[in-house]
Amino acid sequence: MSTSSPIIGGRLSGLQAAMVIARRDFTAILFSRSFFFFLLGPLFPVIVVIAASSVGQKTKDAAYRPVLGVAMSAADNDALLKARGALDTRLGKALPELSVIRKVPDGTAAGGPVELTSSQGKYVAVVTGSLSQPVLTGPQVQVEAWTGPLSVLAAQAQGRGPKAYPQVTTRAIATPAVNDRAGRMRTAQNSQTLLFLLTMLLAGMVLSNLVEEKANKIIEVLAAAVPMDAVFYGKLFAMLGVSFVGITVWGTTAGLATIGGWSDLNFTAPAVGWPAFIALGIAYFAMAYLVLGAVFLTIGSMAATVREVQTLSMPASMSQLVTFFFASYASARPGSTLAFVAEAIPFSSPFAMIARGANQPELWPHLVALAWQALWVAVFVRFGAELFRRRVMKSGPVAVKPKRRKLFARAARA
Amino acid sequence: MKMELGQWQPAGNAEPAVADPVRPLAIEARGLVKRFDGFTAVDGVDLSVPEGAIYGVLGPNGAGKTTTLRMLLGIIEPDAGYRRILGAERPHDVAHAIGYLPEERGLYPAMKAYEAIAFVGALRGLPLAEGRRRGRELLENHGLGYAAERQIRQLSKGMAQQVQLLATLVHEPRLVIFDEPFSGLDALNQGKLERMMRALAEKGTTVIFSTHVIAHAERLCDSVAIIAEGKVPFAGPVDVARDHIRPQVRLETRKDEGAWRAALPNDARRERKADGSAFWYFPLPDTGVEPLLRALIEGEAGILSLSIERAGLHDAFVAIAGEAAARALELTAEEQAR
Repeated sequence: MSTSSPIIGGRLSGLQAAMVIARRDFTAILFSRSFFFFLLGPLFPVIVVIAASSVGQKTKDAAYRPVLGVAMSAADNDALLKARGALDTRLGKALPELSVIRKVPDGTAAGGPVELTSSQGKYVAVVTGSLSQPVLTGPQVQVEAWTGPLSVLAAQAQGRGPKAYPQVTTRAIATPAVNDRAGRMRTAQNSQTLLFLLTMLLAGMVLSNLVEEKANKIIEVLAAAVPMDAVFYGKLFAMLGVSFVGITVWGTTAGLATIGGWSDLNFTAPAVGWPAFIALGIAYFAMAYLVLGAVFLTIGSMAATVREVQTLSMPASMSQLVTFFFASYASARPGSTLAFVAEAIPFSSPFAMIARGANQPELWPHLVALAWQALWVAVFVRFGAELFRRRVMKSGPVAVKPKRRKLFARAARA
Repeated sequence: MKMELGQWQPAGNAEPAVADPVRPLAIEARGLVKRFDGFTAVDGVDLSVPEGAIYGVLGPNGAGKTTTLRMLLGIIEPDAGYRRILGAERPHDVAHAIGYLPEERGLYPAMKAYEAIAFVGALRGLPLAEGRRRGRELLENHGLGYAAERQIRQLSKGMAQQVQLLATLVHEPRLVIFDEPFSGLDALNQGKLERMMRALAEKGTTVIFSTHVIAHAERLCDSVAIIAEGKVPFAGPVDVARDHIRPQVRLETRKDEGAWRAALPNDARRERKADGSAFWYFPLPDTGVEPLLRALIEGEAGILSLSIERAGLHDAFVAIAGEAAARALELTAEEQAR
């Protein structure tokens, strides 16, 4: 070799070695064409859902916006419309839309039922009579629903409404003191589902992660230079990094959709508060991903081809599904033994704990759970690396199993 | 090949590795055992490789060469025995001082050539920026500068192999382990690799390589380990390996008959050359050649030439590992050639 450089560098720690692997994998994946499609993949259903819900909402709004037909005298009609406008900022959706049917001379009775029928469903009810004696004609449900608002509007139109409105001071709090158990449960379930979908989407990717190294025969170069544990950690970290990039892109898209009004994400605040809950969500996703990823990486590393990996992916996905259902079922019973079991089993623990974060305010159990999950990540990585070394990194002729040898020996003797 | 006249002593078959008392050992292994599913791939291997040596591990396919090297590198752990690499019991502790070229070569196809070199260097503790600089420099110095920016998948197989070889050396290791480095190389590149290995040894780098080609080991190695069926029947200097076969005496005389004939051993054979002249050929007697010489001179045999020829490594391999292993070695070479 002709380089005459002084000796530079030195022994790598396990973490440094893992980061060398992670950096290579992360860069390779990020700048691959397939990553672009990977990013787009989940966006398609999201876009479809947002578009569908947006269209659906508009259809719903158009179909169910209640409109009262107003058929009083011209002066009453105008006064009623003005009153509607004046109260709109304070009562908003609590008030019905008003639509003038026709103006009749003062004191002329109007045929409410006739107008209602001839509107062909345009109006939910028809207002006739006068401001002092309004008559609301319509189906029972609609009449009951709109009698109160109509009387408020009529009073306002006659100048008998409140002259001044006191200023209401608002105090928004992250954790409402009121009992909102159902809302939190919804938040818990939605968070679990989101965590599961992300884990399902991303953890499966590591199944095929070592196939490239095996196919390109570079695995031996890696295994000779750094401990197999570091190779496993490096691959997991790289995929975790890729996952975070994906989540950032998808999260940003979802956020923009919410801000733009194309999506309606409305969750009850979790018991630990949003900042802690989001931080826990990220931590639990990382742990769920690393625990499952370590196992999937091990399973996938035993496969020799992409086809074998595809065969393995189905049972892997099913096991994820079972884990999710278990965690989901257990989390619906907070404080129960089942919930504790779900929190303790490393595979279901992240899902169960995120639900706990939504339902219970204590933070210390999360620190314990994260440490517990990290321990299992280490155990699975060590086990996987050892199995890989034993099963894959061997050479020489394929051994005949002792049992078969005995069988052959007996056959030969016979 | 000539040797000093004198009494010949065969090397003991059970001799363990012969260590140079002056040079420290780069590799020391004792009783390495590896089993796979009940099959013993390596069975009690002892190795002692002095620093700065070129050391060959010679054996046919399936003999346990790769498994032995993998245990030395820490890719797999031995089931029994111990190894000390550059003074460390855990090979990964000294990974920054080791270079390894596996038999099955491969790099990431999408990586550029200089990046691939830098990456392998980074795995061995070389900072990435320095690895990139050295990668470009190495490629330039080896006539591959034009390929530095090309992806591995765009290179020919031979070029990719050269890139991997340079990647093995980019961090300037103290110990380089090659597993079947000559397989897949044409004669030109085999020659280049041999020169490179010698150059490494001259700089003080320890080179250990496995091979099934005796000629490479014979040309390059100071010492060899002969491995067959997972066992190492011999490990030590090549000269000592050769001494397993009694040197052959080649004697040419003016006279064919005479009283001096009684001094020849019973197994001496007469061989005739193409020009009609003949010579005697027999193993060197235990007593050496001096009594024979005396008898030849006194019997006026008319000595035209007398030489003592040492056995080649191939003959030594047959003598040490047995005919079956030698045949397996030849078969391996034939398979590789195909």
